[in-house]
Amino acid sequence: MTQSTQGIILPQAITVQSEPTRLNRHEARMAYLFITPAMALFMIFVLLPAVIALILSFSNYDVLSPIKWVGWLNYERLLKDKLYFQALGNVVTYTVMYVPLMIALSLGLSLALNRKMPGMRFFRTIYYIPVITSPVAAATIWSWLLSRSGLVNQSLGLFGLPSVAWLSNADTAMLAIVVVTIWQGLGSNMVIYLAGLQGVPEYLYEAAVLDGANRWQLLRFITWPSLRTTTFFVSTLSLIGAFQLFDQAYVLFQQGGGPGNSARTVVFTIYQNGFTQLKMGYASSQAFVLFLLIFFVTVINLRVNREQNNAT
Amino acid sequence: MTRKLTFSRISIETIYYAVLILFGILMVLPFVWSVATSLKPNEEIFFSNLIPNHPTFQHYITAFTTVPFARYFLNSLFLAIAGVASNLFFGSLAGYAFARMRFRGKQLIFRVLLSALMIPGVVTIIPSYIILRSFPLVGGNDWHGVGGIGLLNSYWAILLPGAAGAFAVFLMRQFFLTLPSELGEAARIDGCNEFRIFWNIYLPLCLPALATLGMFTFQAGWNAFLWPLIVLSDPNMGTIQLGLQSFSFNHQTDYGPLMAGSVVATVPMLILFLYAQKYFVQGIAFSGDK
Repeated sequence: MTQSTQGIILPQAITVQSEPTRLNRHEARMAYLFITPAMALFMIFVLLPAVIALILSFSNYDVLSPIKWVGWLNYERLLKDKLYFQALGNVVTYTVMYVPLMIALSLGLSLALNRKMPGMRFFRTIYYIPVITSPVAAATIWSWLLSRSGLVNQSLGLFGLPSVAWLSNADTAMLAIVVVTIWQGLGSNMVIYLAGLQGVPEYLYEAAVLDGANRWQLLRFITWPSLRTTTFFVSTLSLIGAFQLFDQAYVLFQQGGGPGNSARTVVFTIYQNGFTQLKMGYASSQAFVLFLLIFFVTVINLRVNREQNNAT
Repeated sequence: MTRKLTFSRISIETIYYAVLILFGILMVLPFVWSVATSLKPNEEIFFSNLIPNHPTFQHYITAFTTVPFARYFLNSLFLAIAGVASNLFFGSLAGYAFARMRFRGKQLIFRVLLSALMIPGVVTIIPSYIILRSFPLVGGNDWHGVGGIGLLNSYWAILLPGAAGAFAVFLMRQFFLTLPSELGEAARIDGCNEFRIFWNIYLPLCLPALATLGMFTFQAGWNAFLWPLIVLSDPNMGTIQLGLQSFSFNHQTDYGPLMAGSVVATVPMLILFLYAQKYFVQGIAFSGDK
């Protein structure tokens, strides 16, 4: 155990694991004490709510009257809820646009900055700044930039292009959210990829260059496969975040669902149902369906990742 | 690898830096533009100049007088700092126990705690609200937690759920695992009590990890929106993000004060970041590595 690193061998250190000495019991008691605050909060605000959410989804509850069991009624209602399915479709559309773009751009940025040239740290800092702005502040600022006479349309005008009503047009509403959230999230995923790139051994590149590989082949056959774990991490986090989109959509579209509900998200629908209309049972069933969707997609992502790992 | 300083090399590098700079401008321009807008008088706001011709602080005054912005700022500051203190303390306490102490069920309990990170927030928001509302014996509630509003609309509604997050415990545990166990062993044999081993021996070695965790926790607390939106309804209890959001709702086309509010909501995080950026970047890299 610890003897190899110490000059003195302490006989007690060898046996302290197996004997219930006073020292052990004291240590164990103190350990339970140490973990109690974190575990208590976990039980009250994570475990218990998860269980309650499940029960709620099979009930009617509006805070004012007592809870009433209704079986599958909420889920049946859900199947016919056009607004919910529109929100679901919006969020899936958003995810499909956001995740691949995020991976490609943050990988690209990290490759660009993964050099021992002057100024790399400066750029890394600059690219990280949007990450620390709050989603609310970012969406507020972008609502100004994307407004009819905002900076984006002004810049388009410089090139002779017509203005676009970014936030009042159903076709561009989701695109606007993609722009804002990509802008915000790029820096942190870039840093994750930078860390991943550090772990790619130099000799792989050197051997390939000796074999005559060009830069594109290096990227495709060495860098990308080596980054598989990192990409899995980035994609999983992005997926889980994308499905739960709320802050930016809510702020950009002034608490509504956007033009023709094209920017309505699932979490916003749940929020409306649960806290504005006090239909907490129904909202919980909506939340569970989203949870299942997130779970399902995450498992698919995991399987795809494993298959790719086995294929090499 | 030495490279010859040929003309093509120089031109490639120039293009490379030009692209990086262009991208950097894209990343920073929104924020710079919001600062510029906040300082421009109303007549100038829709012009394309970056530097205001007649800078004015009027919009900041408007922002602070039409909405209790200062109060929101202080609320956010208090909540964020309190969140940092509690996460740092309880998180490192639990993380230390999971990493360096021996007790029955340690692995199992830790895995259960880790599962907390897999439950998406959307599932727990409604029940957490109900739990806070039904907290017995506070906020007008009786023994059964009925009658009043419980812990809603108080600082506790924000502080309690996030006081010792699974993330904090996880991060600290990972860090404690990298520290040698001999220190604790020797102290234990000398009769030192467990808390003192934690507080006097191991914790001081964790300052970088604590700084990183502190930065992330502060950011999460300062930037939080959905949960405060749900549990804080009193205008005086609002956080700065809530204030900014309601401000944009009330002043739909008043972009000057709106930008002033955005700047005020962002500057503290910006200062913190520029002062301690290596902890942010390190922390992301640490959690992303395997």
